[in-house]
Formats: sequence, C-alpha cells, structure tokens
Amino acid sequence: MLAIEWPRGLTALMLPDTIHGPTSIFSPDGTPAHSVFGLSMLVLSITLCIFLIVAGLLFYALIRFRHRPTDINALQEPAQIYGSNQIELSWTVVPVLIVVMLFLATARVIYSTEHAPKPAASLDVTVIGHQFWWEYRYPKYGIVTANELHIPVSDRKNPTPTYLTMSSADTNHSFWIPRLAGKMDLIPNKVNTMWIDPSEAGLYLGQCAQYCGTQHAKMLQRVYADTPAEFAAWIAGQQKTAVQDASASEGQTIFQSNACISCHTVAGTVATGRFGPDLTHLASRDTLASGAVPNTPANIRAFVDDPAHFKPGALMPPMHLNEHDLDAVTLYLATLK
Amino acid sequence: MATQSPVNAILDETTSSSTHPSALQILHDWLTTADHKKIGLMYIGYALLFLVVGGFQAILMRIQLAIPNNHFVSPQAFNQLFTMHGTTMVFFVGMPVLFGFGNYLIPLMIGARDMAFPRLNAFSFWIAAFGGFLLYFSYLGAPGLSGAGSAPDVGWWAYAPLTARAFSPGHSTDYWTLAILISGIGSIGTAINIVATILCMRCPGMKLSRMPLLVWIYLVMAMMVFVTISPLTAAQIMLLLDRYLGSHFFDTQAGGSAVLWMHFFWVFGHPEVYVLILPTFAFANEIIPVFSRKAVFGYPAMVAATVAIGFISLSVWAHHMFTVGMGPGANTFFVLATMTISVPTGIKIFNWLATIWGGKIHFTSSMKFAIGFLFQFLVAGLTGIMLGSAPFDWQLSNSYFVVAHFHYVLVGAILFMLFSAFYYWYPKMTGRMLSEKLGTWHFWLFVIGFHLTFDLMHIPGILGMPRRIYTYEADRGWMMWNLLISCGAVIQTVATLIFVYNLIWSYFKGPVAGADPWDAWTLEWSTTSPPPSYNFAVIPGVSSRRPLWDLKHPEDPDSNYE
Amino acid sequence: MSEAVLIPHNSTEEWKLPSRGIVGMACLILAEAAIFIIFIVAYIFYIGKSLTGPTPHDVLSLPIFATVCLLSSSLTVHFAVNAVHVGKRTLSSLWLAATVLLGGIFLTTTALEWYHLIYRDGLTIRTNLFGTTFYSLVGLHATHVIVGLILLAFALLFSLRGDLTPKHSERLEVLSLYWHFVDAVWVVVFLVVYVLGR
Repeated sequence: MLAIEWPRGLTALMLPDTIHGPTSIFSPDGTPAHSVFGLSMLVLSITLCIFLIVAGLLFYALIRFRHRPTDINALQEPAQIYGSNQIELSWTVVPVLIVVMLFLATARVIYSTEHAPKPAASLDVTVIGHQFWWEYRYPKYGIVTANELHIPVSDRKNPTPTYLTMSSADTNHSFWIPRLAGKMDLIPNKVNTMWIDPSEAGLYLGQCAQYCGTQHAKMLQRVYADTPAEFAAWIAGQQKTAVQDASASEGQTIFQSNACISCHTVAGTVATGRFGPDLTHLASRDTLASGAVPNTPANIRAFVDDPAHFKPGALMPPMHLNEHDLDAVTLYLATLK
Repeated sequence: MATQSPVNAILDETTSSSTHPSALQILHDWLTTADHKKIGLMYIGYALLFLVVGGFQAILMRIQLAIPNNHFVSPQAFNQLFTMHGTTMVFFVGMPVLFGFGNYLIPLMIGARDMAFPRLNAFSFWIAAFGGFLLYFSYLGAPGLSGAGSAPDVGWWAYAPLTARAFSPGHSTDYWTLAILISGIGSIGTAINIVATILCMRCPGMKLSRMPLLVWIYLVMAMMVFVTISPLTAAQIMLLLDRYLGSHFFDTQAGGSAVLWMHFFWVFGHPEVYVLILPTFAFANEIIPVFSRKAVFGYPAMVAATVAIGFISLSVWAHHMFTVGMGPGANTFFVLATMTISVPTGIKIFNWLATIWGGKIHFTSSMKFAIGFLFQFLVAGLTGIMLGSAPFDWQLSNSYFVVAHFHYVLVGAILFMLFSAFYYWYPKMTGRMLSEKLGTWHFWLFVIGFHLTFDLMHIPGILGMPRRIYTYEADRGWMMWNLLISCGAVIQTVATLIFVYNLIWSYFKGPVAGADPWDAWTLEWSTTSPPPSYNFAVIPGVSSRRPLWDLKHPEDPDSNYE
Repeated sequence: MSEAVLIPHNSTEEWKLPSRGIVGMACLILAEAAIFIIFIVAYIFYIGKSLTGPTPHDVLSLPIFATVCLLSSSLTVHFAVNAVHVGKRTLSSLWLAATVLLGGIFLTTTALEWYHLIYRDGLTIRTNLFGTTFYSLVGLHATHVIVGLILLAFALLFSLRGDLTPKHSERLEVLSLYWHFVDAVWVVVFLVVYVLGR
C-alpha cells in the first residue's frame, strides 16, 4: 500500500509511521478526507506508472545511445530522423485518454463532496477568521467560543456531520484539519461552507493555511470530536454565563476598568467587546493564544503582560499592568471555567 | 576581444578598438549601448546578481526552519524574506535571465544584426533594472511616516485585503507594487521587440517553418507576455488607486472583492509560469539535439505543442483557487483545463526522448544539466497532475507539497536548463569554454542538493505543513524532514558558488572556444565567438532549419527532407 | 579566432518581411487591450454592487455627441494617412487638424461630465464601487486619448512645417493604428458603462 503512496521510490527508506503524523493527509478520518484519500491513491498510482515508464525509457536511452569514442564509426553522425506521425499521434492519444479518465474520477469526488446532501441531524457552526485566532459560533445553542472547536463524533449509520459556514473579519485565512477534510478559505465579504464528520473521538490538529499576516504561523487549530455525552456536557457548560467567583472580584474590577472589555466578551458582565476572543469560558480551554501555549496561570499572566511574548505580531497590545494587578487579572481569568 | 579580419574592421563602427579603452570608456560604452548582445549580457548579469540575493534569502529561511520554534529570524523578517525571495526570483531573476538569453540569441539565430528596436531594448532593460533596485530600496526607504515595516511582507501574490492600507500601513507594499509595475513595462517592451524582431528581421530564406525552435518558442512566449503581464499591470494600477486615492477595488469593507484580486493575479500568475518555462523548453530544443547528434524529433509537433500550451495556459489560472469556494462547476472546468495542458507538455517530453533515441549522446556538462531538466520536469509535471486534481489540491494547496512542486519546476526544470544554456552558449558569449571539470562538480553537487531538498520537501506537505510559516510546532513530526531539506539547501549553495567561480575563472583562463565548439547547426555558430557588434559580416541566407548542417554535409542537406 | 567562420549563403528566394512599426504597434495594442479587458471585467463585476449611491442610473447620461466626434476622428485620421501617402501636404494638415479638434472635443466633454459628477452629484473615486470603477476605466481611456492627441498634435505640427512627406506615411499609419484602437476601446467602454451598466 505504501508503494503507491509515495511514487519517488523513497518508500523503502521511510518508516510507515513517518507518513502518519497527527496532521497527515494520509491518516484520514471522516468522509471528505477519505474520499480525497481514495482519489489521491488513484492519481498517485497512475502518475507512478507514467513516471516509471518514461524515466525507464530515458535512462535506457542514456545508456544505450551514449557516445562511444572507441566505436568504429564514432566520428560518423547517427541517422537523422525528423519525426514520425504515427508515433507522435500515439503519444498524443494515450495521454488524452489518461486525462479523460483522471478528469472523470476527479469530477466525481468534487461533486460528491461539494454537493453532499445535508442530514437533518447535522450541527451548524459559524467560523470567523481573525488575525490570528478563530471564532466559533453555534447559532442553535447561542454559544460563542474561540480557537478550540468542539463537535460531535459522527456515526456512519446515523451521521451527525458538522457544517461550517465560514468568513473572515479581516484578511484571508484557510481552515485546514488535514485528517478531517481538505482546506477551505475564509475570505472577507464571502461566505464559504464545508463539512466534517470525524468517526472517532479525539483531538484533531491543524492550522491556518493561507498567509494572513505576521503571526500566520501560530494561528493553530484544535478540533475536539466529542462523544454524544461529552458534547452535550460541553454545550451545557458553555451555555452558562461566566463564573462570578468572589475571590477573584478584584481581578474582575481591574479587568473591567481597563481596555480589556472593549475587545473581549465575558458573558453576564459589562465586557462585550467582539474584536478579540470570547473569554466567558477561557479556563475551560486547553490552550491559549490560538493553540500557541498550554492554558496555565503562568502563561495567562505572561500573555496579558505582553502578548508578543508568545505571538509577536498579535494585535492585542501589552496591557502595562503592575505586578499586583497582573496577578489579580490572572486569578480572575483562571476562574472563568 | 577577437582579432578582426580586414573586412570586419572596415565594417566595425567602433574605431577605438586599437587602443586600450579606459574603465570610464568601458562603463560609458555599456551604459549607453543599444547592442542586443550587450543588453542581453547585462540582463543576464543583473539576473545572476539577484539570483545570489534570492538564494541567500532562501538559505536564511532554511536555517530558520531547520528546527521547530527557532529564533534565528523574527516573524516579520521571515515574512519579508519569503515575499522578497518569491518576487525576486520570478520578476528579477527568471524574467531578466530569459530575456537576456533571448536578446542575445534571437538576432544571431535568425541572421539579423540587431533587434527590431534597439533603443526600446535598452529602455526596457534599464526600466526593468530600476524596478529591481526600487524593490530592494524598500529595505531602506519604506518605513516612512507610520514607521511600519521595511521590506514588503505580503507574499509574492499579495492577496487582498492584506495589501490594503488598514493591514499594510507604511510604504513597503507600495515599493512592491511599483517595482512590479515598472518591471512589467520593461517586460512588455522587450516582448514587443522580440515579436517584431522575429517577424521582421529574419535573414533571407528563414521562413517561419525554418526558424530554430528556440526562436519559435520565444515568439510564443513574447505573445503570452502581452496577455499575462498586462493584467498584472492593470491589477497593480488598481491596487495603487486603492492605496493612494482611496478607491475600493479590493476593499472588502466597501463591498469590494478579495477574490477578484486572486483572479487578476492568477490570470497573470499561471501563464507566467509558462512564460518562464517556455524559454527553457527553447534551450532544450537546441541543446538536446546537438549533444545527441540528431535533428530534433517532430519539429512541427513541437511548434504546435508550444502554441497549444500558450493558449491552454490562459484558461488554467483558477487551479490556484480550488480552495476559495468557487463551487463545483468552476472547479471541474479548471480541473479539465489543467489536465489538458499536460497533453502538449507530454508531447514535448516524448519528442525529446525520441530525439535522444538512436543518437550518440555526448555527456558534456551542458547535456548533463539538460538531462536533469528532462527528468525533473517529468516529475514536476506528474506532481502537477496531482495538484490539478481539485480534491487532492484541497489537501495539498498552500502546503509544502506545493512549494516542492513549483520548486521542482523553477529549480529542477528552469534553473537546470539555464545552467545547461550557460555551459552551451558561454563560449559564444565570451569566446572561452567553461571548465568541464568544475562543471561536473557543479552538476553532481547540485543534483544531490536539489533532490535532498526538493524530493523531501513533498513530505512535510503531506504531513500537513502549510507554507509561509516562520516556525512550526515540535509535535507534528516535521522536524527531521525540514532539517534534511535545509542540509540540501547548503549543498546547492556550494554548487552554485562553484558555478559562479567557473564563470569568472573561465572568462580569463578557459580554453579558447572558436566559432563553433559544439559542431552545432544554427546560425549563431557561424560567426566568431564573441560575435562582432554587427554579428555577421555578410547577411546569411538559409534553405533549411539547420543551415550549418547543410554546409557541413553538402551530400545530405536537411533541405531535402523539409 | 583561427577557425574559419562559416556563413551560409545559398538562398535565392524572394524575401519580403512585414513592417517593424506595424508589428510593434499591433503588439502594443494587444498588450493595451489586455489591460483594458481587466478594467472592463472589474467594471462589469461590480455593476450593482455599490453599498451606497449615487448609482449609474442616477447620474450618467449618454455621451452621444462625444462618441460621434471620437468615432469620426478615426475616419479623419485615415484620410490624413492617405493624404500623406500621396503627398498632399495641405490636405494632410487639414485632416490632422480635424482629428485633433474632434479628439479635443471628446476630451472636453469628458472633463465636463466629470466636473458635473464631482461637484453636482458628489461622485468621486472614493464614494462607492461605481465611482471607483467608473473613474478608473473612463480615466484610463481618457489617458490614452491624451497620449494620442499629443502625438497627433506633433504630427500636425510636422505637417504644417511641411516635414510630413510620403516616406513618413508608414509612421503616421502606425500612429493611426493606435488612434483606431483608442476609438474601438471607446465603443466597448460606451457599451459597458453607458448602455449595459446604466
């Protein structure tokens, strides 16, 4: 199987593991990724055959027809052949047939993916790209979250795919979870759609695949495919307003009296900004700064102090809080489960 | 310089050749020249200068990417590096070096004494050269009042709305736009010159059907320049209007469309790839036959395939946009167009194979690079088919697989064939042969470095690594590949330095070439090396595609078979 | 170079090639046409997509007179070329003057139209997508008219000085090709902007 996955003859040098990374397109999970994978294998095997034949002929010719200075007629020019209509016709017609075949196979996958009927049980999520983070909105549940997308696992017999409606708030971005589907761009003033249906619970990684500005490299993506029970629990948790922990009220006051609230939302408080990620359930996420670092109080503190520490070019300015205020805000943010 | 025969000396207009000219005179001579050969050489020298600059940028990027979370360069600097690398290599290396060879060779091959418009030629060169220096002046001049950025950092295709004032304050993007606008004017000027020269300056007997394939292909390439560079020029004008007059072509806040820029850019961008690679097909069509000692196989088919590529390439641009949500109908159309272009391209590869078949192959450095070109172009074409299959491209587009694919074309095919052309025509241009020993080192080191870098570069793409990222996460499994890729880049650098050394050393110490060192068949080998400023003492006349073959083999001339 | 230089010379066929000037101008026209096509595509793409007014229907009126002037200048420049070709100096000056005059009228009407649009209707290049595409497309064409008029004015000057002889007729023909192109573009611009877009 691996032989047709890698046509350059390097397969033998590679361990099978190396082609199956956490973001490998050759470890598909879900219908769109699988249909692309199947087509890839077909295209790879055909191109591999063409490669072997043509490269074989080339090397044969190079050895067979090399100039031999010791030959009797080494100084004589070889027979001059100017062309042959039959031969040339044949290597026009055969490629045409191959092209037709590849085209039909490709067109089938295009239509089966882009024109797939949408099951009633599907989940709708709106994805909005920002420099340099992801906003996820669940209109049916009234949930807004950032950077970590939770979706239900989809059963083959009873599919619950997730349909993504995508646009951008600023520059172009591209949504790419290689193991789930091909990529789709997020373009301002344009609405795109795609769908994913992971069949196994777990974490799927990816990252922005369209250059969008300075921090393009750290615009990472995490998609959590949850079991139905996990997903229901997650939804219930996200639908609540923010935790109001008395022990963190000082941090909350500082948070609300600074510029934080003009960009960030914390549901149930005066913070209603939309320019930056929604922080209502910040502490329920595994990572900070669009997947750049693990979500720990120390990292929250470092990020609030100077976002450029982890993400040079991030649009959030350094907040210039003193040490005491920083600690208080960190404490507050860490309580937002 | 060549000692000239009495007849030539009379014809020679430069009378100062008897005394040693001062450095100032030489400089003045080059700066004011309208001689197609000098302009051609200046184009080539200018391109080599930028090749070294662009290569240096590539090395810096490869050092940064060798290991994950590296801090060798800042994100801003890295974004500037890949923008400048791409822009430089396409506009200030690829275009000028191909125009340089065209300028030098076309009049010689069609038996003319100069281009149709010598002064337009000089103008085109100088304005294109100015564009290149303007782009690099951004490192000094761009900070401007708002203090943001220095060199452009929007990527070489500069997608809207990243180029809007809101996202790219300062002047760096303006330098990018203006540099490309200006060099585009130079390109159009040179293309006009090439077409007019080919159609109007051919020597007696040089019918269209007898032109060397190089000339034919340059004709098609120049025609393509009109319909590809112009859209880019128009788009750059729109971008300038947006940035300076506040118009809304690509302003998504006022209802403008980011996708429109993509269409305009790729209407230029994809045919541009063929503009760059057609001249290397042209070189292959001259070099492969000579070192196989056979006439090119299927001349009419080669011409037809070239013209077909020219036309089809105008309808494939949106295969760069399979992920922007064009819908299944448009995606399917561009899949078909893209795959169709592989047919004429395949014809070319097969015809070159048939040219070699039954020949007596001389493995000179030039031929070695030409064979490298053939092999790598085959692979690049096949990975191109993979990318042309839209669903496969949904996964691969904007990944390192794409980077590997187009470097396979630009380095594996175009640069290899350019090296081949250097080994082949350097003797004509300077009168001295390049060292074959250094050439062998250059070839093998470059082949090893190239395959180490660009074969392996496909893999991180398959493993999900997007392009244009200044660093990557350690847990993705990309590190080993990136480290090896960076090692290959170092080997290629060493090989290129050997080549540059060879160019300089051979100019002074290389064996004297003579008029026709390769026992070749086209008209440029009928005059001295280097040719006098008037090219031919007597305007030649031809009666077949290989006039020197006819002359050398009067018993069996080509004209019997055409 | 010690080696003998071989220059083949064995063609006795009759040998005639096209004129450099005309081929060069044809190429330039091709390149310019591609630029115009992009601007026209942008115009058509953005028809009806402006987020605010004014709309083309509100503010544009058909420039029939200007169009007639510009198109007839194609005819007059053609007569001028013919006159130069047969060496009739006065006639060529007359036809050239007529061409410059007609082109000038066209340009003046455009200027007046823009004046009204800017000061009466408040439409500038920044107003909306219509303003953006209208001023850039019509402006690009007007720029070409200005370049053509300058060149034609020089030709008229030479003609008045009596320097325009039959041996220059090919050069004037090259210029007239450019002028015909500018007129042809106007037909397309007219149809797109004033008929289709309104």
